[in-house]
Amino acid sequence: MSLGNLDFGFLDWGVASSFVAKGLFFSIQLTVVAMLGGIAIGTVLALMRLSGRAWLALPAAAYVDTLRSIPLVMVILWVFLLIPLLTGRPLGAELSALITFTLFEAAYYSEIMRAGIQSVPSGQVYAGHAMGMTYRQCMQFVVLPQAFRNMLPVLLTQTVILFQDTSLVYAIGAYDLLKGFEVAGRNFNRPVETYLVAAVVYFIICFGLSMLVRRLQRKIQIIR
Amino acid sequence: MNGPLEWQVFLRDYGGGETYLDWMMSAWGWTLSVALSALVVSLVAGSLVGIVRTAPVKWLALAGEAWTELFRNIPLLVQVFLWYYVLPSIFTVLSDVPSFLLVVLALGCFTSARISEQVKAGIQALPKGQRHAGLAMGLTLPQTYRFVLLPMAFRIVIPPLTSESMTIIKNSSVAFAVSIPELTMFAMQAQEETSRGIEIYLGVTGLYFVSAFAINRIAMFIEKRVRVPGMIGGGK
Repeated sequence: MSLGNLDFGFLDWGVASSFVAKGLFFSIQLTVVAMLGGIAIGTVLALMRLSGRAWLALPAAAYVDTLRSIPLVMVILWVFLLIPLLTGRPLGAELSALITFTLFEAAYYSEIMRAGIQSVPSGQVYAGHAMGMTYRQCMQFVVLPQAFRNMLPVLLTQTVILFQDTSLVYAIGAYDLLKGFEVAGRNFNRPVETYLVAAVVYFIICFGLSMLVRRLQRKIQIIR
Repeated sequence: MNGPLEWQVFLRDYGGGETYLDWMMSAWGWTLSVALSALVVSLVAGSLVGIVRTAPVKWLALAGEAWTELFRNIPLLVQVFLWYYVLPSIFTVLSDVPSFLLVVLALGCFTSARISEQVKAGIQALPKGQRHAGLAMGLTLPQTYRFVLLPMAFRIVIPPLTSESMTIIKNSSVAFAVSIPELTMFAMQAQEETSRGIEIYLGVTGLYFVSAFAINRIAMFIEKRVRVPGMIGGGK
């Protein structure tokens, strides 16, 4: 054991605000954008898969199954490689990461939304139809609100995983929370301490969020 | 776009008398070794922790909960760095351990948290009467687990364990961060050297597909072999 060699003295608010804050901000931005975009696209994908029309269901299923069987790092690399080839000019690592995570998370959120939609009792749909609602109205006003509500804890749990996964933008060098700590560690030649603190910070954020999700879950259970 | 696909890139020599195809195949071997070794670690640790979390011994159950929360709430990549940079500098014994082993331990512990979750759920899915019946018949607590609870619980958790095994192949890609020469590392380096990124990435992505599919088939085979007659999805 040589804990005595560790020196956290260099870590102060100056370091935090000049190296870490920028990364933390990007990690949060990436999480929020990918969550909102992913849930929106994921819901559309789920509706396509459940539409009963093969020309809608098959492409959606292929999209979801393909992305779910490739490592996220490879998807990050693919988008970073392909977009400049398609648009003709290089894209920053940060923008590329935002696009990648939105597209990638959509596949995972769509599976959650599909389960959520299927968990709504079919009597609800019949009741909607009996009241003269169209398919669209039925989805919009009857099924989707209940599906969202039932799946809220699962959607949020996926978001905590998403926040953890944002650290993988390391592969293309985007400046996220982990990168912020890494740069600070290199500047002060204290990589061991900064990685340790990074782990603690990630743990506090993720554990705190998981606790909140668990409380929300209990609350929803009582209402239902 | 820079022209049609040039698959010949795989036959190019990357130096040392070997082609990129040879390199990719050896990278595939690294991916499978990391993933399968970590799977063994995670199955052993995850089962133990999952069992302990259902044990009627309070401090043991709490220790199991703590293990799970610790390894579940830190990103895998950060955990890899912890094993690779932080732990060897605190426990100097670890500084001689090869990086392959450190990555296996990192991925194994990370996945063990998720597996312990499944195993715990599997044990709790059994009717309470099973445990009580075992104890009432005079079996000790370990015997009750060994002969009554676990044989059923493990069969229940095979499907979620299958998806964990497929996930571990994908997650082994983080090993690139500490320079394990696995598929993702190969993809990044070969892309840079050859500038034929699309062909290289297609090859690597294809191998990830094949690996996940193979694991899926093996798991389905195991599931079929250990089915319990009379249960839902069980044979005759």
